[in-house]
Amino acid sequence: MIPGSFDYHRPRTLEEAVSLLASLGEESRVVAGGHSLIPMMKLRMALPEHLVDLQDVAELKGIRIDGSQITIGAMTTQAEMIASAELARLCPILRETALQIADPQIRSLGTVGGNVANGDPGNDLPGLMQALDARYLLRGPGGERELPARAFYEGPFTTALDPGEVLAAVRIAAPAAGHGWAYEKQKRKIGDYATAAAAVLLELEGGTCRKASIALTNVGDTPLLAEAAGRALVGTAVDAAAVKAAAEAAKAIAAPAEDGRGPRAFRVHLTDVMVTRAVEKARSRAS
Amino acid sequence: MSKMHVKMTVNGRAVEALAEPRTLLIHFLREELALTGPHIGCDTSHCGACTVDLDGKSVKSCTVFVAQANGAEVTTIEGLAAADGSLHPLQEAFREHHGLQCGFCTPGMITRAYRLLQENPNPSEAEIRFGISGNLCRCTGYQNIVKAIQAAAQQMAVATTAPGEAAE
Repeated sequence: MIPGSFDYHRPRTLEEAVSLLASLGEESRVVAGGHSLIPMMKLRMALPEHLVDLQDVAELKGIRIDGSQITIGAMTTQAEMIASAELARLCPILRETALQIADPQIRSLGTVGGNVANGDPGNDLPGLMQALDARYLLRGPGGERELPARAFYEGPFTTALDPGEVLAAVRIAAPAAGHGWAYEKQKRKIGDYATAAAAVLLELEGGTCRKASIALTNVGDTPLLAEAAGRALVGTAVDAAAVKAAAEAAKAIAAPAEDGRGPRAFRVHLTDVMVTRAVEKARSRAS
Repeated sequence: MSKMHVKMTVNGRAVEALAEPRTLLIHFLREELALTGPHIGCDTSHCGACTVDLDGKSVKSCTVFVAQANGAEVTTIEGLAAADGSLHPLQEAFREHHGLQCGFCTPGMITRAYRLLQENPNPSEAEIRFGISGNLCRCTGYQNIVKAIQAAAQQMAVATTAPGEAAE
């Protein structure tokens, strides 16, 4: 599979990247790790005339932590996110989720920014970012803006990113100390997207859930924030009845495609199973 | 859409060539540099037969443009044996423990295992299985691959222990 021809650009700063995109126009694309874009180019489903490679843009790399505020540069690889001891301490669901993306080789090039900006409902981080209520820092010719992850995804491969805009960083407020977390993903094999997956964050106080957030991956056109499912846990002891209510609420919004991962009814059923497992695991980890 | 001047270090040797930016690294290695150790298996970044080391990371070279690798350091299976031709401990261990049958996945498997042991010199069996989960083998059932990597890890640990230390 040979991709279409393109001209290659490797800017050294974000400003240079943004102005390149502006001057090259709509047939240009940025490439980060390339592990979503290059397969699409090999299938000729993407045919950019210009590729703007962000690998030398130092300001897009690295993880910065300021108190409970976490900023992850878009070009931080998934492997780097997994290796960060500070992230594992402050917000361990990031590592748990990233370890379930694709395989080691892909995680060594695949980036956080690419995974969230691509808009593929199969990507794992967008669902997680719904649960974490992350914010995306976007940089375009008109300057910088910040958008909630919950307002970013519009449809399959369609996001709020304007033409010529680059996702520069992901910002997360670390969940409270003692929170419970889990990312449960059912996949057919290593490297596959989720048949269904669920991200759960919750906080307990005296055995009662005071805050819960649940999101779903790859059971809709976009990642889904399961608000009613989260609400079903709040104020309860996260007992069997509450877990069942949360799973039912999550199932109610699941609208998975019928594809090689199974018929719709099966994937809706798996949504139930993933939410149930993730809530139970998150509860067992909360203190 | 013109060709670009590409420079990189491959198995310790500086190489330069004109190449189309869209050339995939695996094609550049195999066709331009005649390094046919890394194989093209699935061509869709699943099987891992094309695994090479790129700037100290394991990557699937079917999903990297040569333009992205411009200026990089690349190691392929051809770069693992010593200059005198003696095999790398991983290569020895794969032979000793029958870590291959048809051999198609072996260059990618060993190149991946090489990086895994750089990152984690003493991995558990579970860590080895997780570490090579991006490399498919359709013959062995993986048992002997895991044994070979465990044996190589032990061998390499002995080799890096100074003679005085070993005696203590």
